[in-house]
Order: sequence, then structure tokens, then C-alpha cells
Amino acid sequence: MWLRAAGYWAYQYRRTWRSSVVTSFLIPVLYLAAMGVALGSLIDKHSHGVSGVTYVAYLAPGLLAGTCMQIGTNDATYPVMGGIKWMRTYFAQLASPLEVYDVLLGHLAWIAARLAIVVSIYLAVMAAFGVVYSPWAVAALPAAVLTGLAFSAPVSAFAATQDKDTSFSTLYRFAIIPMFLFSGTFFPVSQLPAWLQAVAYATPLYHGVALCRDLTLGQVSWADLGHLAYLSALAFVGYLAGRRTFARRLVV
Amino acid sequence: MVEAHGLVKRFGDFVAVDRVDFTISKGESFGFLGPNGAGKTSTMRMISCISPVSEGALRVLGMDPASEGPRIRARMGLVPQEDSLDLELTVLDNLMIYGRYFDMPKKVIRERADQLLEFAQLTERAHDRVDPLSGGMKRRLTIARALISDPDLLVLDEPTTGLDPQARHLLWDRLYRLKQEGVTLIITTHYMDEAEQLCDRLVVMDKGRFAAEGTPRQLIEEFSTKEVVELRFAPGQHEEIAPSLVALAERQEVLPDRILLYTEDGDAALQEVARMGHVAQSTLVRRSTLEDVFLRLTGRSLVD
Repeated sequence: MWLRAAGYWAYQYRRTWRSSVVTSFLIPVLYLAAMGVALGSLIDKHSHGVSGVTYVAYLAPGLLAGTCMQIGTNDATYPVMGGIKWMRTYFAQLASPLEVYDVLLGHLAWIAARLAIVVSIYLAVMAAFGVVYSPWAVAALPAAVLTGLAFSAPVSAFAATQDKDTSFSTLYRFAIIPMFLFSGTFFPVSQLPAWLQAVAYATPLYHGVALCRDLTLGQVSWADLGHLAYLSALAFVGYLAGRRTFARRLVV
Repeated sequence: MVEAHGLVKRFGDFVAVDRVDFTISKGESFGFLGPNGAGKTSTMRMISCISPVSEGALRVLGMDPASEGPRIRARMGLVPQEDSLDLELTVLDNLMIYGRYFDMPKKVIRERADQLLEFAQLTERAHDRVDPLSGGMKRRLTIARALISDPDLLVLDEPTTGLDPQARHLLWDRLYRLKQEGVTLIITTHYMDEAEQLCDRLVVMDKGRFAAEGTPRQLIEEFSTKEVVELRFAPGQHEEIAPSLVALAERQEVLPDRILLYTEDGDAALQEVARMGHVAQSTLVRRSTLEDVFLRLTGRSLVD
């Protein structure tokens, strides 16, 4: 049943897929060229790379996880509000045989599919930049998608409780952007003051970045199971919360 | 098709629907009338299995909405009060997507969509985006969409609210055809002419309860007189003149802009008014309509 709901989003995507694919390709190319290669050459010259690899190889998986966080959050905020208030897509679905769980799961499944498309392109670009060091990188595809879902699930649960979209920009300003900058995406968390390190370790993005980085650099360890467990738990708890908030909002 | 006993809908402390009973049979076209806030939409949403029943028994298509909602909805078409079309997609795409929710094969949806576009007079707009369409077209598309799965039961919540007269007549014509084809229709409305045109049987709702129930004809006979005299006097004169006219009619209704006299013989009453020396700005003798029943039962005018 939820597949039918996911079908709606796929249908809608057909309208914009070209621009979406081009963007998914251009963003990593531009970022990796400007920050990874150009800025990275300075960093590599002065400090001989980061964590034993060139800066571009260090940065690429971090940006991959960060991009998944942004897409995962974005697709779970405004589209969810649209489904409830603007386009009322969810209500159209609920007038058919679909149930609330199908509506939520269908939407999350679509976000996962879209993330998979973006991540595949991203990994291909990384390979072209020569920063994929290990066959483990194949596992970075599901890992990065999971990172995105660890945001989509709880954020969609939150979005279904909101009456206005103003809280979304607050979410970006105080959670998403700081996480993007300070969770090990651009530099090791060990550069931060001790108290901030603790905060960084607690963020979901830190675990997504660490997991993706270990996989593309081939530095896999038991710690990665911990990252995996953290992200899976967050996605699952977020989904359970979403079942509650969606039902409360849509079935009255 | 639908059977309700002691049906209640509560939102916190507020009772929107207060212990109502009704039965709707196959092929019937059944109307819920009432002012805004009377509980019509809440009743409809329970029938459509999109809103849980607070109390009482409800069977739809022989099934229990609480446990078999998806199976019931699979055989039902719903036209909600607010359109929920995808404005960025084309007219045809909206139908295709909706058919997928019912798990229909693409080919079947396509054939059915073509028929329905014809029915809704939207064939020429099939490949246009929905957003720029007129209100009437969007409404017809919503109805076409509700019919995609060939439902046994079509539920329409205020289908023509906000449409211009032409658009309304076109919609009525389409709904009348459906009725002829044997589709069971359930309609809420606060337009009396709509109810008179479309409903075989109707209930008048007020404050969550049924104030009356029957065919339009029965209701008029029971709650109104054969004829009505409408008198319009100069502004401010209504209160002054109204008491002197009480004896002329079985019942009198003083509206902001008119005085209505309910009587068996309108012409005689009008002559009597003239004999008393009252000079009305305009007069009209007409047959009773559902509007008169509505005014009597809900005690308020039809404007929101």
C-alpha cells in the first residue's frame, strides 16, 4: 500500500528530475573543485593532509553526509506541510484505501529513493576526483541514505505538528547549519574545544560523516557499527513518532 | 448502503454530531442540509471513513469503518469540501495518480480517465496544469477523480459552494446523470435549490441533530404552507408593520429585508394587506420552497 503513496512523489518528481539530476551532479563538482582541490592544496601543503589523507579525500565523504542531511531535512519539512496544508496531498491519499501509515511510509520511502539517486551521482563524482579509496565505498550508498533518513523521519514527525512553516527556518538556523559546519564535515572534531567536542559527538551528522568517511577511505572499524546503530535507531524512533503525529494531525 | 444508530462525533468537549440515526439505501440520493457548523461535514467524514466515530454504530457498505476503512474506501468516491488536487500536475496526471492509489492497472486508469474527462467536459484541458483552471473546472476534476475507481457510493461535501451559476448548473447536470446511472449519492449543502434538484431524501441538521427528515415535498408540506407572500417595505418600517399582519397568515417570518407571510392563499392575503392601507415597495406571491422549511427549522438565514 505504501508503495502506491510513494508513487505519487515519484510522479511529481518526473516534472523536475532533469534539473534535480543536474544539480546533484554540479554541487559535488563545484564543492570538491573549490574547497577540496583549490583550498585543499593549501591545507595539504601546510599540514600534509588531514587524518593521513589529502584534504579533498577527507572532505568528500563529509560533504556527502552533509548533503544527505540537507536533502533529508528539506524533503521532510515543506513537502510535509504541503501535504497537510497547501496541496493537501495526504488528505487525497487518505480518501483512497491508503492509511496514515502508508502515507508516512510512502513519503519516507520516496525520500530514500531520491537520496539514493543523489548519493549515486555523488559517489560517481568522487570516483572521478580519485577520492574513493576502497571497495567499501559501495556501502557508503546505503550509509549515506540512512544518514538522510535519520533526519527525514524525526523532522517529518516534527513538521506534522507545526501550523506554520516559520519553525523550519529556525530548525535550519539553529540545528542544521551548525551541524553542517561543526560535525566533522570540514575538519576533525578534535579541533574543537573539549566541551564542544562532546556536543559534536552527540549529533547525528557526526555519525553519518564518520561512517561515510570510513567507508570511502576504507578505514572500517567496529566503531562504524556504533554509528550505524545510532543512525538506524534515530530513523526508527523518528518513524514511530511520525506515526503518532501524522495520525493526530490527519485523522480527526 | 449506510446505516447509523446513535452516531456521535466529539472534538474534546464539543459535540459536533449528537446521536443521529439514518439509513441510506442503494441508488438513493441523500442530502444533509444545515447551516455552517451544524455537523454535516463531521457526519460525512465519518461516513467516508476518514474520521473515527466517537460513539454509536455505523455500517458503510455492510462493513465497520473502524476495522475495514481501506476496504470501504476502495468502493467509495470522496469529493471533499476543500479541493486536494495537485495544482502543479496536469489534469490527466491527477487522475492517473489517483487511480494508482486504488491499485488499478495503468491501462485501465487511462481508459477510465478519458471517459471521465469527457464526462467532466475537461478533455481539451487534459494536458494543462490544474493551477490556472477555473473553480468550476477544478470542482469537476475533483468529482471525476472521485469516480476513477467506479465507486458504488459517491460522497460530496458542498460540491458547488463558491461556483458561479453556470458552473453549478453544469455540475448538477453531471450529478443528475450519475444518479440516473444508479450511483448512490450523499451530498451536503447549504443551498436549498441544490437539495431540491438533487436529493430524493434529505435531513435538515442543526446543532448536531436532525431537525427534520423526508423528501423535499414532504418537508415542504409538513413544515410550510402552500404559498408564501413576500413583502418589502421601506427600510425601518418592517418592525412597525409586521404586528398588524400577524392575523393574515398562519405564520410570519420577519427577515432583515422582507416580511414573509405563510398562507394557503397568497393572493387573498396580499389583497388584505392592500385593504389595510400598507403600501409595499415590492410584493411577490410564490410557492413554498425548502428554503422556507430551512428558515423555520433552523431559525436563521442562510448566509454564514
